[in-house]
Amino acid sequence: MNRTSWLLDIWYNPKARCGFLILGGLASLAIFGPLFVSDPSLSVARPHLSPSWTHLLGTTGQGQDVWAQTVVGAGLTLTIGFTVGLLVTVIGAIIGVISGYLGGLTDELITALVNVFLVIPGLPLAIILAAYLPTGPLSMVAILTVTGWAWTARVVRAQTMTLRGKDFVRSASLIGEPLWRIILVELLPHMASLLLSTFIGTTIYAIGAQVGLEFLGLGDMGSVTWGTNLYWAANDQALLTRAWWTYVPTGVGIALVGFSLALINFGLDEVTNPRLSVDRIWRSRLHQLGVTPTSLTAKVELRSSTATSNSAAEIANKRGVRDE
Amino acid sequence: MAFVFKRLALYLIALVVSLILNFLLPRMMPGDPVGTMFARFRGRLSPEAMDALQQSLGFTGESLLDQFWSYLSALSSGDLGLSVAHFPTPVTEVISAGLWWTLWLAGISVLISFTLGTALGIFIAWRRGGVLDQTLPPLFALLGAFPYFWLAMLLLWVFGFQLGWFPLRHAYGDDLEPGWTWLFISDMFRHAALPALSIVLATLGGWMLSMRNTMISVLGEDYITLAQAKGLSSRQVMLRYAARNAILPNLTGFGMAIGFVVSGSLLTEIVFSYPGQGYLLVQAVRAQDYPLMQGLFLTITLSVLFANWLLDILYAVLDPRTRRST
Repeated sequence: MNRTSWLLDIWYNPKARCGFLILGGLASLAIFGPLFVSDPSLSVARPHLSPSWTHLLGTTGQGQDVWAQTVVGAGLTLTIGFTVGLLVTVIGAIIGVISGYLGGLTDELITALVNVFLVIPGLPLAIILAAYLPTGPLSMVAILTVTGWAWTARVVRAQTMTLRGKDFVRSASLIGEPLWRIILVELLPHMASLLLSTFIGTTIYAIGAQVGLEFLGLGDMGSVTWGTNLYWAANDQALLTRAWWTYVPTGVGIALVGFSLALINFGLDEVTNPRLSVDRIWRSRLHQLGVTPTSLTAKVELRSSTATSNSAAEIANKRGVRDE
Repeated sequence: MAFVFKRLALYLIALVVSLILNFLLPRMMPGDPVGTMFARFRGRLSPEAMDALQQSLGFTGESLLDQFWSYLSALSSGDLGLSVAHFPTPVTEVISAGLWWTLWLAGISVLISFTLGTALGIFIAWRRGGVLDQTLPPLFALLGAFPYFWLAMLLLWVFGFQLGWFPLRHAYGDDLEPGWTWLFISDMFRHAALPALSIVLATLGGWMLSMRNTMISVLGEDYITLAQAKGLSSRQVMLRYAARNAILPNLTGFGMAIGFVVSGSLLTEIVFSYPGQGYLLVQAVRAQDYPLMQGLFLTITLSVLFANWLLDILYAVLDPRTRRST
C-alpha cells in the first residue's frame, strides 16, 4: 500500500465521511454562526421562555438567547479541544518516540513517569490544578495537556518499539543519520495514522474534560462556552423549572462532536487495520455468494506482524469511547 | 509474585508524586490564591485557626524541605488539617462521611457496567454480523459521546421530574435513620438507581467493544476450531474456550477505567446532590476550602491506586503468564 493512500481511503469510507460532514457542519457553524446571532451574554427577553420563533431555543434563566449561546459557545469549546488535542499529540509523540527509540535508562525513567500519570485519576488532578491556577483559556489548555499527555506517550512508545527493529530504521541509524532525522523522517511518518487516531481520541477527551470542569464552575465563568452554558443552566435550576431547552442543545452539540470524531476514528481504523478489512472483504464475498456466516463458517485472518501493527489505533479508538 | 510487587512500587511512586503535587501546588501557584483565601477569612476565623491554616498551607517562613517534613509527619498521623468551610471539623472526618457513598456508587456502577458490557460483547462477537452486532456498538458509541453528567441531568429530568419514579437527590430519604434495616437499604438502592444508570449507560459501550474485538480475534484461534470439531456445544465453546481467554485484556482495561469511572461519578454526584467525594470536592472548590480539596484529592488517588493494585493481584491469580514472566 502506498504510504499516503489511506488518507484518500478515509474519505471514501462511509463512516469516516459521515463524521467529517457532521464535524465540518459544526465547525462552520462555530466559525460563521456568531456573525448571524445576537450577543449571547445580553439579556434579551424574560427568563426561561420556551422555544419560539423569536428565540429558536428559548431563553436561559438570565433571559439570554439559548441558540446564540450554543452557537457562540461552540467556538471556544472546539478551539480549546483541538488545541489540546494537537499539543498532547505533539508532546506525547516526542516523549513516546524518544523513550521507545533510545531505550535503556531514559526509557525506564520516562515509562515510570508515564505510568504514574496514567494511574493518578485525571479529573481530580485537573480539579485541584484548576482551583489554584488563574482562570482563562490558557490555563484550561495547560491543565488538560498536563492530565492528558501520558496516554499518547504510551501508545507512541509501543509503536516505536515495533518500528525500531525494522530494517529501514536500522539502516538509517547505521549510515549515521542524526537522531532528529530518524525520528522525523523514519519513525513519525510511519505512524501517521496512529498519531491521527490518538489526536482524535485526545480531542474527544479534551472537550469532555473541559466541559466537565466548566460545569463544576472551574474555568472562566464570564466567557460563553458549552461548559459554562451547562453550569449556568444547572445554577439557574433548569431541572426544577423544567427548562430542558437550556441544557439539551449544548449536550447534543457535545455529543455530535464526540460522535463525529469517533466515526472518523472507526473509519480510520477500518481503512488502516488489515485485520478488519480482510474480514470485511471476506464477509462481502460471502454475501455475494448468498451465504450467511455462522459460527461454523470459515474465517480469514491475517497472522503476519502487519496485522497487529495497527492495534494501537484500536486502543486509541476504545479510549475515545470510554474516556471522559 | 514479583509482578505484583513491581506494580506496588509503581503505585508507591504515584502516591509520592501526588503527595508532592499536593504539597507544592498551594505553595507554588501564581496569583497567590491561598493569600486571597486568608484575606477572605480574616475576622471570621479565630487567630489560632488562622495560624493552623497558615501552617498547613505553608505560610510559616520555614524552608520548603522543613515544611515538607512537617507535612509528611502530620499526614502519617492521619492529620489532613481542618476544613475551612466546615470549620472546625477535621478534613478526615468530612471525607470519611462521603467516602462510602462514592465507593458504593462507583463500585456498583462499575460492576454492572463491566458484567453487562462483557456479556454483551461475548454475545455480539459470537453472533457477529447479526442484528445486535450491527446496532449496539454505534448506539453505545453515540451514548458514550454525551458527557456523563449530561446523561445524568436528562435521566433526572425524565425519570425524576416528569415521571416521578425515582427520588431527585441525596443518597437516602431525609426521614430515614441510617441503619441495616430493610427500609433503609431499599431506599439506598432507589436513590442510587439513576446516578448508577447514567454511569452505566456512558461506560457500557467501552467494555462491550473491547470484549467484542478480543473475542473476535480469539475466535480465529485453532483451539476454537478444535473445540468445535470435537463436537462441544456452542455454549461451551463460547464461554469456556473463547470468552475465558478473551476476558483478560478487558480486566486490564478495568484497572485503567476505575480512574475514569471515579471521575465520572464525581460529576454525576453533583447532578444528584449525592453526598460523595465529588459533591464534597465541588463544595470545597466553591468555598475555596483548600485543605478539604487537597484531602479529597489524596483520598481519591489513594482509593484508585488501591483498587488498581487489587486488580493486579487478581490478574496475577488468573493469568499464569504474569507470574512466570518476571
